[in-house]
Amino acid sequence: MSEAALATRRAAGWGEAATAWLLSAPAAAAYLLMLLLPTLATVALAFTDYELGAAAISWVGFDNFAELLRDAGFMTSLRNTVVYVGLVTPGSIAGALLLALLIEAGTRGRTFFRAVFFLPVVSLTVAMAAAWQYLLHPTIGPLNAMLRMLGMAGPEWLSSSSTVLLSLAAIGIWENLGFNLVLFLAGLTAIPRELYAAAEVDGAGSGWERFRLVTWPMLGPTTLFVLTITMIRAVRVFDTVAVLTQGGPNKASDVLLFSIYEEGFSYFRLGYAAAITLVFLAIVLALMWLQTRVLDKRVHYG
Amino acid sequence: MSGIRIQAVTKRFGATQVLRGVSLDVAAGEFVALVGPSGCGKSTLMRIVAGIEQPDSGRIMIGAGDVTHRRPGERDVAMVFQSYALYPHLTVAENIRVPLALRRLNAWQRLPLLGGLLRGTADAQYLMDQDVRRAAEALGLRALLDRRPAQLSGGQRQRVALARAIVRRPKAFLMDEPLSNLDASLRVQTRREIVEIHRQAGAATLYVTHDQSEALTMADRVAVMQGGELLQVATPEAIYADPQDLRVATFIGSPRINTLPAETGTDGMVRVAGHPVGLWGARPGPLTLAIRPEDLLPAGTGLPARAEALEFLGESLLLHARHEASGTALVLRLPPEMRADLPTSGSLFHLQFDTTRALLFGPEGRRIGATALSAEAALV
Amino acid sequence: MAERAIPLRQDLPRLLLLALAGLLMLMPYIWMAAASVKPLDEIFRASLSLFPERFHGIENYGKVFARIPVFHYLWNGIVVCGGILFFQLLFAIPAGYALAKLRFPGKELAFGAVMLGLLVPPQVQALPLYVAFSEMELLNTYTALIAPFTISAFAIFLFRQFFKSLPDDLIHAARLDGFSEMAIVWRVVLPNAWPAATAFAIFSVVAHWNDLFWPLIVVNGGSHATPALGVMFFRSDEAGDDFGALMAAAVIMTAPLVIAFLLAQRRFVEGIATTGLKG
Repeated sequence: MSEAALATRRAAGWGEAATAWLLSAPAAAAYLLMLLLPTLATVALAFTDYELGAAAISWVGFDNFAELLRDAGFMTSLRNTVVYVGLVTPGSIAGALLLALLIEAGTRGRTFFRAVFFLPVVSLTVAMAAAWQYLLHPTIGPLNAMLRMLGMAGPEWLSSSSTVLLSLAAIGIWENLGFNLVLFLAGLTAIPRELYAAAEVDGAGSGWERFRLVTWPMLGPTTLFVLTITMIRAVRVFDTVAVLTQGGPNKASDVLLFSIYEEGFSYFRLGYAAAITLVFLAIVLALMWLQTRVLDKRVHYG
Repeated sequence: MSGIRIQAVTKRFGATQVLRGVSLDVAAGEFVALVGPSGCGKSTLMRIVAGIEQPDSGRIMIGAGDVTHRRPGERDVAMVFQSYALYPHLTVAENIRVPLALRRLNAWQRLPLLGGLLRGTADAQYLMDQDVRRAAEALGLRALLDRRPAQLSGGQRQRVALARAIVRRPKAFLMDEPLSNLDASLRVQTRREIVEIHRQAGAATLYVTHDQSEALTMADRVAVMQGGELLQVATPEAIYADPQDLRVATFIGSPRINTLPAETGTDGMVRVAGHPVGLWGARPGPLTLAIRPEDLLPAGTGLPARAEALEFLGESLLLHARHEASGTALVLRLPPEMRADLPTSGSLFHLQFDTTRALLFGPEGRRIGATALSAEAALV
Repeated sequence: MAERAIPLRQDLPRLLLLALAGLLMLMPYIWMAAASVKPLDEIFRASLSLFPERFHGIENYGKVFARIPVFHYLWNGIVVCGGILFFQLLFAIPAGYALAKLRFPGKELAFGAVMLGLLVPPQVQALPLYVAFSEMELLNTYTALIAPFTISAFAIFLFRQFFKSLPDDLIHAARLDGFSEMAIVWRVVLPNAWPAATAFAIFSVVAHWNDLFWPLIVVNGGSHATPALGVMFFRSDEAGDDFGALMAAAVIMTAPLVIAFLLAQRRFVEGIATTGLKG
């Protein structure tokens, strides 16, 4: 290449680089200000005793984390979150898979039922929580009215510490099911029809045999994806707790995000709230790591 | 004993009649190629034989039994799919084993871990392993048994699909365009291997393809299908040289057979644009004269045509010309040595042909008899 | 299998099962709508009749409009969702294009930063951002509601993937035609970004219309309350046990997005499914 051609090329290259920087600059600035610095600040805060309005701030090392371990309230909140995730994840995944298989088994009503099950995803959670509050109301709620008609005394769903988490999980399943259903439907449509034909010719006569041989393994990547995002969505439960129970009764429905909210914005113990935030972040990151490193290898073939 | 017997099968998808009463027999040990343009119903027919689709009317027999209402798994047929349809989560060995396991083991025995403890499982497993190994050996897959389909080349996947088909020695093989996803050189090589597998297995084979050269090279008999009907079923030689329908004549052969509008006069002479061509027709009326490109020759006298272009193909030459009187495009296949003697582009020349190899078709496209004046006789 | 036409009679058990599940799913909506037109005494009788004996809809809905500035909350919701989406697209589309199609020093670092950003849920930044907004006296402003979400690592990632699938030759041809690099972005890339932008827009609006966590933190009066906060206020301040009016408020605030969904069902489902990554 001649000197001149090289020079032009270099100029063009710099033009390209300058354009790229210019195009990325606004995003980079916002990223720095709204994402990176605040995240680092949260990490830093977790090692301080900072309280809003307090005159002094000092490093306390791992004191906040040590306090977390001793804090019965936090432990309850962590345990509740795990139980909630443990209920919502299998419930909404199994339900969604079952309904997706039912919808996919025929041609009628596909769009209609998809819309019905998807409706909660686009509905204002706070408003629907109010609707659930009425539905589950111990005395005037239609659910308990129905149970009374059947001669049963309904529990006090959201106001009894023994049923509150269960009730919230039921609402959580209701909220997440449609989302998972849509993902499963997409996964099911992507399975080549010829595989089912091959399975039939190979002697897989029953629907269950074809499910075992074709559907379930072919859905592997979708199921893994659905599993992780359902868990991540469930760990982030906040709206229903904030609206319906405020963590009560007696902390029986306290969850991680609500603890952060209370410690940080009701009691203004920002250092301590930041420590809880880091626990929350660690759980989310662990789930993502599980997806990419461990499970991914087992469900992608080749 | 017949291998596959298809009796008067009809099938309709919504408003379109896909199959209009198709009947076809494939004897045990016979290889029949079902060939036709895409959308002619050949794949549907094959899926009906496999049991993946149900016919609206008609019967399917495999071996001695009527299987029309049997499930695909109960028909004793194996099928090779166009996309191979291998189970991506199973290894090569496991893929080949699936049809055996689903037949020889009951639901309890197929359970992981627990199944192995049940009586009879171990023996069955041992026999299946032997069968899998034998099938894999026959197709040269021994080294690949532990791979997954994603780690194989197209040709290797194709072999796995074949192995999965032969492993349980079915009465009938169904192959749905099994070579269409391979590249050209591999396709030619695999043709011979499939024929060899068929010969060794000795089952009835029905082979669907849109590629006429596959049909002609591989099959004992070729069934030409169009618009949901079988037009002709015959040996490859007969299909090529003695087609009974104009559609068969034009579908088979490349370049396409030349067709010229002609007429039988009241005197019984066949004329093309007034020129007698040395053939006698049975009945007066319009007809179509069809001549293969290799049967047409340039000559000093005969049908006047104008030369248009010359293509050199290596082993032969193609001379493109146009019949002067009717404007019909014509192709001549000639030996390459003739190149120097051929008319130049745009110049007028004359055509002759071997009248014993010319074909006459009636107005509905049905073949009609012709008598040649004399074997070498050219036309006027 | 799906391609086989099953006669309606054989299909009936499947459809009945689905209808039953669907009915269960719609229960909260059905009772919400029913209670929103019932007088309070009927609600308290806890009868299982869906239809009111006395139609009380006008009173219930009237009460909502009288007590809370419904349209103001809805307007706030539109401003906040619109503002967030506008800045997200403004920042993410050019950055996504640069990451997908341009060569520049620092590209790997930038992409690494995007992937890192994908991992961090937005709640993590809440505490320091709250302190910052409070120090700058920006609480109870649109700025506080919009600013934290203007950067979406997910949007950058999505647009990068999308632009990567555009043929390079399109860009090369534009360069040969004499477009400047900036002109390429506006005249060639942007018009081709619509499919990804619509999908992301649906995802973003659904997420932020329904968000409660952040608005609850930075807003404490009615002036800048979003619809989600509006329902919350109405519930706690005005109508603790006035379920008729509360259900009416819930219906009003849920309606806009649900109606939009019913009108453009396919786009919504596809939009959420293709962007489902983040959740």
